[in-house]
Amino acid sequence: MYAQLVDTGGKSVKRLDEMGAEERAFQERVDAGVKIEAKDWMPDNYRKTLIRQISQHAHSEIVGQLPEGNWVTRAPTLKRKSILLAKIQDEAGHGLYLYSAAETLGISRDEMLAALHSGKAKYSSIFNYPTLTWADIGAIGWLVDGSAIINQIPLCRCSYGPYARAMVRVCKEESFHARQGYDIMMAMCNGTPEQKAMAQDALNRWWWPALMMFGPSDAESVNSVQSAAWRIKLFSNDELRQRMVDQSVPQAEFLGLTVPDPDLRWNEETQKYDFGAIDWEEFTNVVRGNGPCNKERLRTRVKAYDDGAWFRDALVAHADKKNAATQLVA
Amino acid sequence: MNNEWPLWEVFIRSQHGLAHKHVGSLHAPDAEMAVNNARDVYTRRNEGVSIWVVRASDIVASSPSDKGALFEPSNSKVYRHPTFFPMPEEVKNL
Repeated sequence: MYAQLVDTGGKSVKRLDEMGAEERAFQERVDAGVKIEAKDWMPDNYRKTLIRQISQHAHSEIVGQLPEGNWVTRAPTLKRKSILLAKIQDEAGHGLYLYSAAETLGISRDEMLAALHSGKAKYSSIFNYPTLTWADIGAIGWLVDGSAIINQIPLCRCSYGPYARAMVRVCKEESFHARQGYDIMMAMCNGTPEQKAMAQDALNRWWWPALMMFGPSDAESVNSVQSAAWRIKLFSNDELRQRMVDQSVPQAEFLGLTVPDPDLRWNEETQKYDFGAIDWEEFTNVVRGNGPCNKERLRTRVKAYDDGAWFRDALVAHADKKNAATQLVA
Repeated sequence: MNNEWPLWEVFIRSQHGLAHKHVGSLHAPDAEMAVNNARDVYTRRNEGVSIWVVRASDIVASSPSDKGALFEPSNSKVYRHPTFFPMPEEVKNL
């Protein structure tokens, strides 16, 4: 998802009777649905895993601004431009809530940014695809933010208090994103044949990467079992992906668009859609840094940070000067 | 220069008449920028009519391990709750 392939640092999940007193008390609190707060005792790997997961989530929000930023100056109307700007501003806000949540676990903002900028930290694979036409902005809101919502709603109930609270804020704002995207898609699909073709093209290109956002099947993964035991992952990747397919297919039908999957069909028995195989090689490639835009995204992000250094420094200098002046008066 | 901006805790009064409530935190070089940033980060949808920012380092918190010692004394005083005193049904306005 926004955090993909998060390592939990263990080879197997401990049973209660294998744990020390502190860890057992911790696990029992988690099992009872009690939130863990920043200053509570927690296993080292829980802390590390959450730092990885939350910082990756934060990085995704920040880098996720870039594909959409590509269309701010070329939005078709002032209204669409204002809406897009508001959405991108929300993404920055989401990144900030999440960085703050991660910081409560004892990592600094600067450490996280350094890890992103050096390429050491990951962000979601989805943001390494290009936004070629205006319809892509519609498809992103509809499918990418749609997938994000499916992933984030359960996280509002996760065991770590600061993360859960950040997710509540994010989810409240996220449905605006999905709706503005679908609204763009509706406008395109009710427009000229060329506009509708553009919408279809966007769906063709974003469908599979959106399904890949949930990550490969983790039914067999130790990381996933551990994260589930810690209640920082509440559903498997496959369950969430199935939910996405089931909700999106009727939405595509309403638009009069075709989902680019010849194997897609309704299964009467399961009351769910069966869908075709995902190209995990493509996913692995993008995660490893070889997607269409990985290098450009990181370069743009680092440049924005470096170009803003003088301004951040000036704010600090101003604050220091004011501080010194107040101390003189005192 | 590479000094990280201090952390500020943000409190928002959601409408007149309600207390300020903690909503999250952010980094800012000084109090004025902290209020500006809090406006942008935490009140993009009319969430508030007033903002407090407090340097996180200035907050004094109780320790989770003291929970028992701190709160036990009031746990044992159930008579502080009105429901401790059953009232006959025919007695009104109590």
